[in-house]
Amino acid sequence: MSHTPRPLRAKFWTPGVVLMAFLMAAGAVAIIARYIGGIGYVTNLTNARPWGLWIGVDVASGVALAAGGFTTAFVAHILSRHYYEPVVRPALLTAMLGYTFVVLGLLVDIGRSWAIWKPLIHWNPNSVLFEVAMCVMLYLNVLYLEFAPIVVEQYKGRVHLPGPLSVLNAPVEGLLKLLDAITGKLMWIFIIAGVVLSCMHQSSLGSLMLVAPTKLHPLWYTPILPLLFLTSAIAVGYPMVVFETTLVTSSLKLDPEMDILTPLTRFTVFLLGLYLALKVGDMVVRGTYVYLLDGTAQTNAFLVELILGVIVPWVMLVLPKVRQSRRGLFIACALIVGGVLVNRVNVFVVGYRPPISEANYAPAFSEILITVGLIAGLMFLYRFLVTYLPVLSGPKQEVSA
Amino acid sequence: MDLSRRGFFKIMGATGAGLAATGQSAAAWESRAPEDAYGCLVDLTRCIGCRKCEQACQTVNGLPEPAQSFDDLTILDRKRRPDEKSFTVVNRYYSGKIDERDQLIPTFVKIQCMHCQDPACASACIVGALTKKENGAVHYDAGKCIGCRYCMVACPFEIPAYEYHNPITPRVMKCTFCYERVASEGKLPGCAQICPVEAITFGKRADLLARGHQRIKDNPGRYLDHIYGEKEVGGTSWMYLSDRPFEELGFIQVPEKPLPQLAETIQHSLFSYLWSPIVLFGMLSGVMWGFREKGDRHIDREGENA
Repeated sequence: MSHTPRPLRAKFWTPGVVLMAFLMAAGAVAIIARYIGGIGYVTNLTNARPWGLWIGVDVASGVALAAGGFTTAFVAHILSRHYYEPVVRPALLTAMLGYTFVVLGLLVDIGRSWAIWKPLIHWNPNSVLFEVAMCVMLYLNVLYLEFAPIVVEQYKGRVHLPGPLSVLNAPVEGLLKLLDAITGKLMWIFIIAGVVLSCMHQSSLGSLMLVAPTKLHPLWYTPILPLLFLTSAIAVGYPMVVFETTLVTSSLKLDPEMDILTPLTRFTVFLLGLYLALKVGDMVVRGTYVYLLDGTAQTNAFLVELILGVIVPWVMLVLPKVRQSRRGLFIACALIVGGVLVNRVNVFVVGYRPPISEANYAPAFSEILITVGLIAGLMFLYRFLVTYLPVLSGPKQEVSA
Repeated sequence: MDLSRRGFFKIMGATGAGLAATGQSAAAWESRAPEDAYGCLVDLTRCIGCRKCEQACQTVNGLPEPAQSFDDLTILDRKRRPDEKSFTVVNRYYSGKIDERDQLIPTFVKIQCMHCQDPACASACIVGALTKKENGAVHYDAGKCIGCRYCMVACPFEIPAYEYHNPITPRVMKCTFCYERVASEGKLPGCAQICPVEAITFGKRADLLARGHQRIKDNPGRYLDHIYGEKEVGGTSWMYLSDRPFEELGFIQVPEKPLPQLAETIQHSLFSYLWSPIVLFGMLSGVMWGFREKGDRHIDREGENA
């Protein structure tokens, strides 16, 4: 129960971090090309296939995989299970960075990046996307406010900016005090609002495709698509925490936190099972199992998503032996994370079949570079912030390499 | 975990009651189609594939000069789609119809925005840049557009095209139904005006439907008893008469239900007056209050009861 997050203060420029910086630079070059030659210059998007890799991965998967933020806040702060406190801050950081990069990805993807503020003024309450955008915008701000106490804790009363920046010491100090005052009393509102906003736009992301019944393959097109998006987002929350905690603790040689991760994934058995039941039940009710053996790319992608991404890891997690083994738990959770990623890509890219032009799509190299660059940027910032802010629990040094 | 489970069922009960209550009170989805819209009726049995409509469209809308001249009919050898440089194109189909000398008779099909009565694009548009006008046009306002391209995802006819090579101010490009010409100048759309064989009839949608059904009734051997666009996706402003099955001419089967209906019904029944977020917020506050000191008593240790 002793839980004291503190800055890592480890060597920052490790080979991994250098690699991240390199990938970010490559992505930045591709982004510059996008703003010189247009979206058509760096992508394979066409009139028939207006959404591709960026919407499928950077935006839809980015939102889904940031679900660890609100699911851990729910268990630790709404249900007051403080036992899980050590994973709340890292999950919050992932969610905050995840949504930040969702917005960055959107900026690159939309044709008129400079006009991104326009939905604030021009409302279309009939538009699913309008609701998604409002929720994402509000939730991003909620995440920053939820994260603020971590910055306050580290720097309040200790602001010493270097050189000429020191004139800003007083204003920054004032800002921190203000944030402290706001978040201290009102944090419960932000925590609950974060859960509510997440439920709203996680489900509405699924409603996005309901307007296109002739385009989305029947294996995915269902009126309960919003419910499936919500349940899968909730189900992937804890596995994502396990996935990143295991990656972080093994690469930084910290305590593996198995005493927290193992009980956490017992919720996942129920949540992922619910998602599986809904998905299979929906398939049976709508009779779409007739497509399962037709051998098309869509069907195979669906089978991968369902079998490798849901059924196999669910069976693994049911077994206590797997939940208690660091390797087994990591593999199961990585499969779940991958399954949700494949699901989002399937719904927005693979399962999308324009019925007239039947146009195909595969992302261009520079399109991939931008996505990879954004993900590298996220990981780079994560590493930077855990180095200087109290996010991770104290490094209980592990002996093994 | 017993306490929390009981709490959980209480919450589920409350949610169920809330859902049931709004299920009854939520207004049913209603079409927002304009009552007195204009439309165009295209008679495919009349079209001779001269491409004059394409040319008129290019002139009237100030579109760029095409690479291949409008007089060059070899372009009909391949199927085209409207794009960011041409709002309408004519394609040639051989559906197996033959004349008295056993020569294949082509059918020409003009494609452009169908100007749906309840357009999926307008429902989808995040900023309302696409709107269905009273005169029937589905109108695009580039001044609101952010370039998300959700309209292109939503359109069942794959019509909106995008200026992918404009890096800063790309526009969605599609047939305007010559909105200004029709609304302010009292003229016909460029294509309808120029058509030398009167394959395109411009008029009030209701009149066009009556006229179309009359033509079918008068010439039952000449036409199929189907006006494409009368019921498709809840009705479109552009409609087609044909002597050959529409699926042989590049027309796809679409639902008769307006496409925005399902998503809008879900969105509005869940979020009108923000009732569901408010209820959820209230419930979570209650749970948070109820659990404020109790949570950790129920920590289950893995292994003890697994």
